[in-house]
Parts: sequence; C-alpha cells; structure tokens
Amino acid sequence: MSVSSGDAPAGVKPPILQVEHLTMRFGGLVAVNDLSFDVARGDITALIGPNGAGKTTVFNCITGFYKPTAGRIALYRGATPKPGTLDALTNSPRRFATGDDGGIFLLERMGDSEITARAKVARTFQNIRLFTGMTVLENLMVAQHNWLNRASGYSFLGLAGAKSFRDAEAQAVDIAVQWLDRIGLKGRADDPAGALPYGDQRRLEIARAMCTGPVLLCLDEPAAGLNPRESAELNEFLMSIRSGNGTSLLLIEHDMSVVMEISDHIVVLEYGTKISDGTPQFIQNDPKVIAAYLGVEDDEVDEAETELEK
Amino acid sequence: MAQSEDIGGVAAEPSASLDWPKALRDAGLLALFTLGLSFPILAFRTRQDLTQGLVLDPRWGLVATVVAIAFFARLGWLVFGGALTRGAAAGAARVSRALAPVKPYAWIFRYIVLALLAAYPFLAVLFTGTGGALKWIDNFGIQILIYVMLGWGLNIVVGLAGLLDLGYVAFYAVGAYSTALLSTHFGFSFWICLPLAGIFAAFWGIMLGFPVLRLRGDYLAIVTLAFGEIIRLVIINWVELTNGASGISGIPRPTFFGLPFNASDEGFAAFFGLQFTPLHRLFFLFYLILALALLTNWVTVRLRRLPIGRAWEALREDEIACRSLGIDTVITKLTAFSIGAMFGGFAGAFFAARLGFISPKSFEFMESAVILSIVVLGGMGSQIGVAIAAIVMIGGTELLRELTWLKAVFGPSFDPTQYRMLLFGMAMVAMMVWRPRGLISNREPSIVLHEKRAIGGDMVKEGHG
Ligand SMILES: Nc1ncnc2c1ncn2[C@@H]1O[C@H](COP(=O)(O)OP(=O)(O)O)[C@@H](O)[C@H]1O
Ligand SMILES: [Mg+2]
Repeated sequence: MSVSSGDAPAGVKPPILQVEHLTMRFGGLVAVNDLSFDVARGDITALIGPNGAGKTTVFNCITGFYKPTAGRIALYRGATPKPGTLDALTNSPRRFATGDDGGIFLLERMGDSEITARAKVARTFQNIRLFTGMTVLENLMVAQHNWLNRASGYSFLGLAGAKSFRDAEAQAVDIAVQWLDRIGLKGRADDPAGALPYGDQRRLEIARAMCTGPVLLCLDEPAAGLNPRESAELNEFLMSIRSGNGTSLLLIEHDMSVVMEISDHIVVLEYGTKISDGTPQFIQNDPKVIAAYLGVEDDEVDEAETELEK
Repeated sequence: MAQSEDIGGVAAEPSASLDWPKALRDAGLLALFTLGLSFPILAFRTRQDLTQGLVLDPRWGLVATVVAIAFFARLGWLVFGGALTRGAAAGAARVSRALAPVKPYAWIFRYIVLALLAAYPFLAVLFTGTGGALKWIDNFGIQILIYVMLGWGLNIVVGLAGLLDLGYVAFYAVGAYSTALLSTHFGFSFWICLPLAGIFAAFWGIMLGFPVLRLRGDYLAIVTLAFGEIIRLVIINWVELTNGASGISGIPRPTFFGLPFNASDEGFAAFFGLQFTPLHRLFFLFYLILALALLTNWVTVRLRRLPIGRAWEALREDEIACRSLGIDTVITKLTAFSIGAMFGGFAGAFFAARLGFISPKSFEFMESAVILSIVVLGGMGSQIGVAIAAIVMIGGTELLRELTWLKAVFGPSFDPTQYRMLLFGMAMVAMMVWRPRGLISNREPSIVLHEKRAIGGDMVKEGHG
C-alpha cells in the first residue's frame, strides 16, 4: 500500500503523513513534480533544497493553502489504519474518515483551516505571520480559538459570563503560560507581539502553532535569521516538542547545523523533483545532494553517479 | 517635488532663513495656475437675453479675487505654515494624550459620563427652558446618540474585523422599513418590531455576507457599496410594498409599556398625574436610544474579550495566519457582519418609530459615508473614539444650523449647513495629516496576564478586506 519512499527507507516507523505523486503546476511552471515521501510518526523530517526548489509549495499543499494539481496527501491520526482503508477512502467522495482511535485525512481534499482544526496539522510561515498588534498572550489565545469558542457556547454562554466558560478561559491561559515559560517569554506576555526581537517572534510563532494541539507541525525555515546561539536554543526547543508533546515535525531548513543535528530523516528537493531521501548520514554522502548544493554541472553528477554505481 | 521640499524646509524655520524671493515665486506660480484654471470656469457667466441669445457677462473682479486669495494664502502658508503644522501636531498629540484613558481614573470617568448622560435631558430643560430643550434633546441628544450607535455597530465590522463596509446604511434601512411595514400592516407594537428589525437586518447581513466575504479590500468595499444602493433602489421602485419615494407615514410611536405619549386620558401624563407636554416623549426617546447605544457598547466590549472578538481582531491583523490556526474565516466574518448589521437594524427601528415617517431619502450613500467617517475619525476599534467622533461630526453639523449670524456677513441667502460636506472633508484631511489612525489609535489588549498596557497604534493593523 505504501509507496516506496526512495533510495533509503528511513526505518520502519509507521508514517503519520504520506505524500504520493504530488504535483503542483503554476501555469507552465512545474513547482513540484511527482513528489513522494513519508513522514514517520515521532520523527523530525527535514525538507531541504536550494531556493525555489518548491519546498514552501509542498508545505502549502500539505496545509491546504494550495490545491495540488495531482497527487494524494494522507495524514494518519492515532493508530495506523488497516490496509485498504486508505484506498477505500480515496475512492469515496469523502475527505476524511475518523474512528475512535484516530482517522485518515486526505489533505488534498480539505481546506486550510479545516486541516488545522480537524486533521491537526499546524504550520509556521517563512515570513513570520504573528498578529503584531495583539499581545503575546493574545496570540496564543487566538490559536486556541476553536475549543474556546465552543466552550463559550458560541459566545452566548460567554456573553452571559457563565462559569464554565471562565474556567475554560483560565485553562487556556494556563496552556498559553506553559508555552510562554518554555520559550522564555512569560515576562513579555502583555507586550505586543510586533515589539519582540526577531528570534523571540520565531519561537512565539512556533508556540502559537503548538497551541492548536497538532499531531504534525510544519515549520518553514524556523532558523532563518537566527544567530548561532538562538539556533542552538531552537534545536533544543524542537527536540522538546518532539519528545514532550509527541508531535511529529516536518521542517524546511537551510541551516545545516540545525538539519543535520536534529533530523531523523531528510528529503532533498531540486527544481521540484526529489533527488534524495534518507538519513542525515546518507544525505551527507549522497553525490547528487553534494552536487546540487555545490552547484556542480549535471554531467559531473552523472559522472559521480556512474562512479557510485561501480 | 524638489522645489516644494526646499520650501518646506524654509517654512519650517521661518525665523532662521526665510527665502523671500523663492516664496514669492512659488506663490506667484500658484496664482498664475489659479488664473489659468479659473479663466474657463469663473471668468464668464452665461445667460440668455430677451431674444434667447447667449450673453456672456465677464466677471473679472471675481477672477482677480480668487487669484489674489490663492497668492496670499500660499504666501501665508509658506511664512507661517511650519509653525502652524507643528502647533497643530502638538495640539493633536496633547488631545490624544488627554483622551487616552488614565488608568486609575478610568472608572470614575466612566461613571461621570454615564451620570451626565442620564441627567442630560433634565439639564437641557434646566438651562434652556421647555422650548429650547426640545431642540437640545432632539437635534443634539437623540440625533447624536443614533450616530453613536450606528458608529459602534459599524465599528464591529470595520474596526474590529477590518472589513471595509461602504453599504452599512442598507441595514439601517432594513431595520427602519421592517419596523414601518410590520407596524402599519400588522399593527405590531414597537417593542415587537425592535427585535424583529434586528433579526431581519442580521439575516440580510448574512445573505450579503455569504457571497461577498471571500472578496477582500477594494472589491469588498465596492460590492457592499453596490448592495447599499440596491436596497435603496428596491425600496424606491417596489412601490406596492414600500410606497416608493414618497415613503411610509403613520408609523405608530413607541409607547411607555402601553401608555401612549399623548394628551388623552389613557396617556402617559394622565396616568402619572403629570401635566401633558411633548417633552415626555422626547425624554422617553432619549433614554431609549441611550439604552440601545449602551447595549451596543456593552455587547461589543464583551464580545471583544470572548474568543469570537479575538478572532475578529486576529482576522484584521492577518487572515492567512488565522486560517493556519484553524479559524473558519468565513464564519468569523459572517458573525461580525451580521452582528454589526443587527445593531444597524435596531437603530433603524428606532429611527422609524421616532419620526413616524421614513422615506428612501434617509438611506442614501451619504449616510454610509458619514457613519464610516465617524468610525475612521474616532480610531478604528476604539469605542470612546467613535463616540467622540460622532459628537463632533453630528453635533458640529447641528451647530452649523445655529450660525445664523453668518447670514449677516454673507447675505440672507447664505446657508451654513450647505458647507457641511466641505467641513467634513476638511476635518478628514486634517485628521489624516495629523492623526492618520484616528482620535484614539491605541488598542487595549483583550486579556491580560500581568499588567494592562495599551498597544500603540503603529503596531495595530487596519485590515484589508
Ligand atoms: N502562488 C504561486 N504562483 C506562481 N508561482 C509560484 C507560486 N508559489 C510558488 N511559485 C513558484 O514555485 C517555485 C517554488 O517556490 P517555493 O516553493 O517558494 O520555493 P522554496 O520554498 O523551495 O524556496 C518558484 O519558482 C516560485 O516562483
Ligand atoms: Mg520557501
């Protein structure tokens, strides 16, 4: 059932996300070309590649901001489903199937907010998108909108000042404060998010995404613009999210110190096509990847390949 | 461009080095430009003589006056303008600092204002007598409060959710017409019409919002504008139902729990053993609209602190980020739109019952523009700012009527109210220059962990759709 994920399978952990034959065209431009890869449950998976390779486009397809031209993106929440359920769902007109122990979601059929709300996939953006005019705490409260809004009886209980809502709100503040503690911003809870230094904004955006309670967190260049110390802190923070919250991570990153140190599995894109897929050690030594990153000519890559095949 | 920058520098330090030749040349150029412009427009008045021939009356005196005004106005601006600008900017900053709620006194301030509002009709009678009070309660009090309420209603849509709505008056019209029709056809009392008007307006808000709210920015503004006009044109042309442009009259006045305000034996005055006076009804209407406006404010302030209100503001800040957090933006926009519309509908019901007569003339685009300018001038999202802007703009218009002594200066045909739009426009331009984010641009956080601090207007986004 699972599409083979390429050159070097990354262990036997069950997948949480399966991308199969994903293609995205913008007019004549093929931004993503027949891309298939898996994100294993509990892993940190990195998507790397030169600028313009189509990494952000892949994210936008996974999180529903773009409708892919072709391909299937399946997300599994909870227990791994029995073989055949995915194909049965694909052949039905439904977008997802949920049971007691989780569910399957066909992300390419779902809208952006639905993907976060139901499939529990959260994301951050390459250019930070905080609510700059709202406080740090408010940013984290907005992220908990869906369950809080339900707890407020769709505003009717809230307007009446019901105790159940006030309790729920206090609980939401608790959750927010825990995250603020973890990113070291508790003291700045009442400052506008736009007034924070860049590194803090990056971490706040991640914390905000985590406040939606995701099973899969997609980070678009989380270390961009950070200094080495902040980068190291970020590594620790991401590891703690993986181990402490059981959230699987998919990240786009240019900073190799981050990628090589924390990822379990790397997928390399170039011009929208996957050129390599495997463990960090495998990627580090893959001549195609080296060629792509060093900007070697194509024929030299072929040479390197033939050499490797010998 | 370069030249005007030079001159700006000169004007900024008049004492240091005022470049007179340059200033004179600049003013001269403007005078020349004015001459060129006014020649085809002002220089000749056309009229028909007795033989139906066209006669041109030259008006060189008028042209000369206009050119002279342009010359000296420009020169005066170059000489004193810098000081003027700085003075005005400092003044505006001072005002806003004074207006920004001073934390420890905010609640005292609130109670004083409430007490003053409650006492207002009595104070009006006390100071201006029964005759004068009619004007002060009706034209000033009630009229301003209607616009405060409309401003607060629109503030939910524009100020909080950041959706530019140019057709808000449509919901005002829906409220007014549903009240008028329900009460004249079915004899429903005002107290039944009021909630129904709100429901109808909210319903139309949803009907309009559903197809339109996926548009953003300019497109949304244009479509809402068109919707406002459509409602008005339907009202004008559906003569069988709405009586067209002649409007609906004979709408029953609101009663005091069943007691009408008239001189009959069953009337309010007789029941309470009071001498009948038309003031009773005005007092009642004043407190009614005050209560409605305060209800709007109360609901808005509470909703702002609920998840839905926070989602509105988040939507204004960044719609894409909202979607990435799983917020259903269509539903969120629809709630803002329909709740704003509902308060517009309430205000419309009040409007219909207050006058007993409505016609499409009351619901022209100009009304939407006035309400929107109240919101923009007040500072988008700020309740106090909107109230102050409504007082200034509507009170200011009413005050224009009072300036009858100007007739002595400009002749008996001079009508100061005709300059209302000019003054509106000038106020808008002045605000955009000195306080581009409105009177009160600071935003108060909706939830606080340690200590409440206002957020500077420069951080807050206005939204774009
Ligand atoms: N909305 C869009 N419309 C047209 N072209 C797009 C759009 N989004 C991305 N692209 C194109 O797709 C290619 C991949 O872009 P992107 O995914 O942002 O690359 P990366 O994130 O790897 O740097 C680029 O050539 C880009 O111009
Ligand atoms: Mg990118």
